Amino acid sequence: MLTRRIIPCLDVKDGRVVKGVHFVNLRDAGDPVELGSRYSEDGADELVFLDITATLRSRKTIVELVQKVAENVFIPFTVGGGINSVEQMDELLRSGAEKCSVNTAAVKNPDILTKAAQRFGNQCVVLAIDARRSKTKAGHWQVTVKAGTEATDIDAVEWAVEGAKHGAGEILLTSMDADGTQKGYDIELTRAVADAVGIPVIASGGAGTLEHLYDAVVKGHAEAVLMASITHFESYTITQMKEYLRDRGIAVNL
Amino acid sequence: MLVVIDYNVGNVKSVCNAFDHLGCPVELSCDRRKIETASALVLPGVAAFGFAVNALGSLGSVIKDLALGGKPLLGICVGFQMLFDRSSEFGAHNGLGLVSGDVVAIPPGRVIPHMGWNKVILPKDMALFEGLGSEKYFYFAHSFCANVTDKSAKVAYTDYGFKLPASIQKGNVYGTQFHPEKSSQQGLQVLRNFAQIANGRGN
Repeated sequence: MLTRRIIPCLDVKDGRVVKGVHFVNLRDAGDPVELGSRYSEDGADELVFLDITATLRSRKTIVELVQKVAENVFIPFTVGGGINSVEQMDELLRSGAEKCSVNTAAVKNPDILTKAAQRFGNQCVVLAIDARRSKTKAGHWQVTVKAGTEATDIDAVEWAVEGAKHGAGEILLTSMDADGTQKGYDIELTRAVADAVGIPVIASGGAGTLEHLYDAVVKGHAEAVLMASITHFESYTITQMKEYLRDRGIAVNL
Repeated sequence: MLVVIDYNVGNVKSVCNAFDHLGCPVELSCDRRKIETASALVLPGVAAFGFAVNALGSLGSVIKDLALGGKPLLGICVGFQMLFDRSSEFGAHNGLGLVSGDVVAIPPGRVIPHMGWNKVILPKDMALFEGLGSEKYFYFAHSFCANVTDKSAKVAYTDYGFKLPASIQKGNVYGTQFHPEKSSQQGLQVLRNFAQIANGRGN
């Protein structure tokens, strides 16, 4: 039986992991290789590296980072942040990334998903959607782009369906309302998207407790859960998360 | 020397990294002479089937002949799928035809791609799984799967609501639908086992 995945997310700036990482036993808390290795040893199913600067200059740094991580960490990882061409994806995949996530570029031109899927297979193509609850339409969410700074009129659920049709093999779904709150994933959003598409959905944004993870899977129908704060601050180890889920009847790789 | 076939598809580097990590000398190459003199070949693949087959081009028949001549060959993911007769991913494409069977879309009614860690039941008589016990989790990421019709091939399966072929062995031809290079310690053990198979040939 396919297991549900636990995916720590690492924000990267200038080749270093940022966002208040509080590991105690690391020589250097910002080293992506060391952090990636540590998560891998603790049982992470995958990793996501997000280039939060996403400038031309950082592009080169992220390729180097991918190479270094791939030399040392033998679990799959996704790279995202500012990717806007199939050539960039090719470079990252060839450097050792398993998947690439595309966000703003796909909203501008969904063709990038199709081209990438035809070349790499859709399992390499992750569509990242940053969604914000609509203030005017209940039960609807709007897609935001440029790291959540720019709102669009696009309905998140419709865009997810559209993205899958264009060739996305997975959806990394972040609730901009829940992100950083540690008050739980937006379950309603997660379920709306997961039930509308046939591809895996990774729930993201808001994880604070073990029960939140359980809810994302059982109530939100997510195939995988992504988290940052609760792993970085060592509230729980990944093993603890998996044991909790296993004890509540969810298949995990433990 | 073990040669990983470099044919301009995604993530061939990870396979080399894994062998490097194991201390096993490996070369990434598309040079025909190096391929011909290799102790064993690894055909990786993160790509759509058609793209991979086209990218492989005339090397395909070289690899096929070498495998038929007894050189150990390990196909991974799309490299595994290319061992079979044909695939229907984005059109109809011929594979290497080393193992009888077709590559078909995973049947609907479940989340596709089959993405993540799934438990593989490990037959005792498959050399790739030496030292790994009776079952282990491996990392999968694919939307198409092999329908193995070759009676002379040993097959290991995983359960995805149906029996999904996770690995095959037919003589000196080996393949894994999952990614051993991304499957943590148990995946590295699979590659170590293949390296030992290659070494066993004394080259």
